[in-house]
Amino acid sequence: MIENIVFGAFPYVVVVLFLFVTIQRYRARGFTVTSLSSQFLESRALYWGSLPFHIGIILLFFGHFIGFLIPREVMAWNASPLRLVVLEVTALAAGLLALVGLVLLILRRLTHARLRAVTSNADTLLYAVLLAQIATGLYVALVHRWGSSWYTAVAVPYLKSLFVLEPNVKLLADLPLMVKVHIAGAWVLFAIFPFTRLMHILVAPVPYLWRQTQVVIWNRDRRKLRRVAANEKT
Amino acid sequence: MDIRAQVSMVFHLDKCIGCHTCSIACKNVWTDRKGAEYMWWNNVETKPGTGYPTAWEDQERYGGGWTQNGDVVQLRVNGRFRGLANIFHNPKLPVIDDYYEPWTYRYQDLFDAPASDDQPTARAVSLITGEPMNIEAGPNWDDDLGGSPVYAANDPNRAAMTPQEREMMFEVERLTFFYLPRICNHCLNPACVAACPSSALYKRGEDGIVVLNQERCRGWRLCVSACPYKKTYFNWATGKSEKCILCYPRVETGQAPACFHSCVGRIRYLGILLYDADKILPTATMPDAELVEAQRAMILDPHDPEVIREAEKNGIHPSVIESAQKSPVYKFVKEWKLALPLHIEYRTLPMLFYVPPLLPVLAKKADTYDTATEDLWAPIEEARLPIEYMASLFAAGNVGKVRHAMKKELAVRYFRRHVTVGDVPAARVDAMLAEVGSSREEAEAIYRLTSLPLFDERFVIPPSHREEAVEALESPFEFRGATGFGFREKPTRGL
Repeated sequence: MIENIVFGAFPYVVVVLFLFVTIQRYRARGFTVTSLSSQFLESRALYWGSLPFHIGIILLFFGHFIGFLIPREVMAWNASPLRLVVLEVTALAAGLLALVGLVLLILRRLTHARLRAVTSNADTLLYAVLLAQIATGLYVALVHRWGSSWYTAVAVPYLKSLFVLEPNVKLLADLPLMVKVHIAGAWVLFAIFPFTRLMHILVAPVPYLWRQTQVVIWNRDRRKLRRVAANEKT
Repeated sequence: MDIRAQVSMVFHLDKCIGCHTCSIACKNVWTDRKGAEYMWWNNVETKPGTGYPTAWEDQERYGGGWTQNGDVVQLRVNGRFRGLANIFHNPKLPVIDDYYEPWTYRYQDLFDAPASDDQPTARAVSLITGEPMNIEAGPNWDDDLGGSPVYAANDPNRAAMTPQEREMMFEVERLTFFYLPRICNHCLNPACVAACPSSALYKRGEDGIVVLNQERCRGWRLCVSACPYKKTYFNWATGKSEKCILCYPRVETGQAPACFHSCVGRIRYLGILLYDADKILPTATMPDAELVEAQRAMILDPHDPEVIREAEKNGIHPSVIESAQKSPVYKFVKEWKLALPLHIEYRTLPMLFYVPPLLPVLAKKADTYDTATEDLWAPIEEARLPIEYMASLFAAGNVGKVRHAMKKELAVRYFRRHVTVGDVPAARVDAMLAEVGSSREEAEAIYRLTSLPLFDERFVIPPSHREEAVEALESPFEFRGATGFGFREKPTRGL
């Protein structure tokens, strides 16, 4: 019963919450969407925390995402033991990077008085959820080996069943407890996403790579003015 | 030719008395808020000195501005790829201690303290943490050469001077300084705009004011390190960057910006310049020594019929062109060649120009200092603050440009002495003026605009013609009484 709620119903609540609140926050309170960087108040310790954390967490995110998108190809890659080990070691290293970075970031928040002035309750909650999520992920990686293979066989079908609106919770029934906790934690993370600074992920400045160097904005919308003038003539 | 208009500025340093009224006017209007307490969009520094934030001119440390690479310019640290790579931790970002930790006092303690033999004191408390703190830095900690052995001694511009000259600056009887008021330069090639990954910073097409859209800002902080003048600031409370907006709500309604309006020494001039936007890149890639002249060449003569025709073709309103013709900035920068840009070697093409100070009038001599009684004023070559130092600030090391400006200023002084007192022979005055390619008419004009300008001569503010932008498209009644600023939502910190 509880599993039906957590893995069957809760994800849909999360998705609705995620979409609705995210869009609403961006539209109505767009000013609050920022990275909320605290580097200005403390720079040195941030380097040792932020860099490994972000590199680790980005690798992990794309690892999970690619496994979901192309499970067959990942299985094919894992067919060779050497390649499997390479993938697993990379994933483990990313997890350790993220954990070390996050622990350093938490310690940094605790030890610098100035940072307490810019640490909200949402930040505290986010740190706790992230720490739990990375810790359970690492536990699963170490105790229940070869996740890159069984993830594609067990978790991906479950996720796909959610997508086609026929949630198949039974797929998860036999999984070890920590794996279940990890999956539930992922939904919690998505649920709190729009209420925290995680919003900054959605505004990652990728278009900067191809936009023009300088930005000039004209007060007069010349094209619109010309159109208005043309309409007046007719 | 792609002619655009730019609201530009001249600060006449010979008139600056370092009173900080400009800074206070700005502070009261714009930055008296949580998270912005440490910001001084307008600040006044003592030179020689390290300024605010400390040693902002040291680009090895802060990585601001552009570097020339063949026929292109590159941001010194925050290029596209490197900028994004530095997004998780920006190694060149100044931190609060490079400015100062803002504080207030527990004034209530003065009232609440129990009766005692000692005077009650108001303890200083940090405006960030709220905890008691020891004040170790301030917005103007080295004002009037305070702490020279630490601050003035580390002025990056001292590299331009000889060791002997540097020594002399620390002899108490020969100390000399001047004030350098700084605001955002509203550059033609702004590094902050180019560095912003979110495209939150932009240059306004009509008047060239560089502003930052805080609703688009995501706090990536690259603008702070990219601006070589350190004139974009990070608001630690809202998590957004902020910068000088040249009081555009005032400029749009025909008023001078707060710092200009309040200037006690009346050192500030504001006016429009027409320039050729096609020349931005070729100018920014010139060798250091040619930058000042190249920037002047970009600025176009608003009386030239060809320029007027091209400007009108580009949508510049005739009233703006007329305003450009009356611009005091055009006179100081282009006609008289008296005003020079600050650190143009950063290649942002700043549009705030400085008339270098002639003061102090005492000369340096081998082992004494001259009270200059034999002649009225010491020659420029013997200026107490070496001309190389000035050239390092105002001409990318090109001594000739500074010498020309200062000689002309001196010639004007002699000319006025000749007119008012009459103890300087006419031939000498004419020779001095001729040496800098000037004339009595020009000297008189320089004198009048320097010493006796009326308010409307100092600030020739172009009409913004917002009616053109709005009326054709929207109902003007909706915009009645609006000045075009303010938040649509409260600028509160996000979760």
